Amino acid sequence: MRKLETAAAWLLAIVWVAPLLYALWASTHAASLATHFDLTAPLTLDNFRKAWTYAPFPRHFLNTVILVTMILAAQLVLCTLAGYAFARFDFAGRNIAFGLVLVQLMVMPEVLIVENYITMAKLGLVDTIAGIGLPYMASAFGIFLLRQTFKTIPRELEDAARVEGCSMMGALWRVYVPLARPTYLAYALVSISYHWNNFLWPLVITNSVNTRPLTVGLAIFGAPESGVDWAVISAGTLMAVSPLLVAFLLFQRQFMQSFMQAGIK
Amino acid sequence: MKHVYGWLLLAPAAILLIGFTHYPAAATLFDSFFSTGTVVRPSRFVGLDNYAALGSDPIFWKVLWNNLLFAGATIPTSIALAMLMAIWVNDRLPGRALVRMSYFTPTILPMVAVANLWLFFYTPQIGMLDKIAAMFGAGSHNWLGDPGTVLWALSVMTVWKEAGFFMIFYLAALQSLSPELEEAAKIEGASRWYFFRRVTFPLLMPTTLFVLVNATINSFKLVDHLFILTKGGPDNASNLLLYYIYQVAFSFFDTAYASTLTVVLLGMLAALAIVQFLLIEKRVHYR
Repeated sequence: MRKLETAAAWLLAIVWVAPLLYALWASTHAASLATHFDLTAPLTLDNFRKAWTYAPFPRHFLNTVILVTMILAAQLVLCTLAGYAFARFDFAGRNIAFGLVLVQLMVMPEVLIVENYITMAKLGLVDTIAGIGLPYMASAFGIFLLRQTFKTIPRELEDAARVEGCSMMGALWRVYVPLARPTYLAYALVSISYHWNNFLWPLVITNSVNTRPLTVGLAIFGAPESGVDWAVISAGTLMAVSPLLVAFLLFQRQFMQSFMQAGIK
Repeated sequence: MKHVYGWLLLAPAAILLIGFTHYPAAATLFDSFFSTGTVVRPSRFVGLDNYAALGSDPIFWKVLWNNLLFAGATIPTSIALAMLMAIWVNDRLPGRALVRMSYFTPTILPMVAVANLWLFFYTPQIGMLDKIAAMFGAGSHNWLGDPGTVLWALSVMTVWKEAGFFMIFYLAALQSLSPELEEAAKIEGASRWYFFRRVTFPLLMPTTLFVLVNATINSFKLVDHLFILTKGGPDNASNLLLYYIYQVAFSFFDTAYASTLTVVLLGMLAALAIVQFLLIEKRVHYR
């Protein structure tokens, strides 16, 4: 019975990676071999070369990297400040404000594409990378996560730092931020994965190569009407997912733990 | 002073949150009472006209029904699979790390890439599914082009994408269960199935409820694959609410009606938020 279960678990695992393995096969062989499995067939990197030149992949890569970095940097600053306020300042209207922040956990920017597009048009930010990132920079999830973490840090540590002459911001920077490092790491991994993969809002708000991130570029490139053959699409898809995939394979444990923390909230 | 500092620290995040969450949510509701303005006819107050149009829009009912079918097909399946995966991976399984990794990998892929990968499984004749079917002598089938199969084909893909994500929550829950439970059950001679049914499954209930809410939210906001695979077709057979909102707003340029549809979506998310809130209240005694 145990043996049977082990076999089933393995079978499911194989089924689960099959689409990726298949893409790997298709992308490293000539298009004519796409459905013709022959282990001795010659390998080729031609498809990757073609994909790289058919679509402006270098530009899409750059856009995604800029986008992800910009969002993460802004999130870290904004969420740290807000998390600190909620954790340590007993200001008027705090609970109501916190409740209003949590609304974003349910009403994600994806749902509000129509109105946010209008806002971006008024701000003149349509088709800019800043326009893609702006709605995500104040992240309710980040604020919540940091508030919880800051709350677990003993107040005495802050008081001691203040006695030593640390300012309020100094205490945040020297006491709270270093002690919350694991939370920052978890949050950063989730944020990077989310925005590397995000699609709908970037699609709506961009309309030129110079701003489109990888996912949008990939969608245009992979659309059946683009007429690009399957082997090249596989190569392009693998290229787009590879940075995240490689990072995941290297740091599996951190990734899974971060995603878990992110979900449980 | 603490009031000033508190608000000052909060201000940058608050401005962005108001600007891109609260204001647009309110504006959506407001706009749903107006007509879409054009060059010749400016936007004007129409009361509940947009909602009346919504009620008599067969596509709206179709996408709502599709959303329910899609949720009904994907959620129980991915939860059951996630539970099974977690139990397997939590056990002393040979090559456990590798198996766990395979299950989780789809989670970190963008839906657009997933759709690209799966397109080839579903393509008629040259697709993998048809090749396999041909081996058993079955004929070719256009899985994504047939209104009868398209939603199910997309559901299978979504289960593949999501089960591994839900697995990690079950894994965490399983690891927090006391090992003495299983030992006691062994001494009592309980079968594994009996132990799962009477001990593990009930103890995993809070996790299941949590995953259930999250899976439901996802089923409403995950539409990326439609852009690649079907564009909501054929004949809206695979169209989902958020994709329809996108079409109405950015292909038909009817902002007012798109806002009306968004109000419906927001209403459903609000209902889910209330459910989640009640569940968290309930969970307190368990922790």
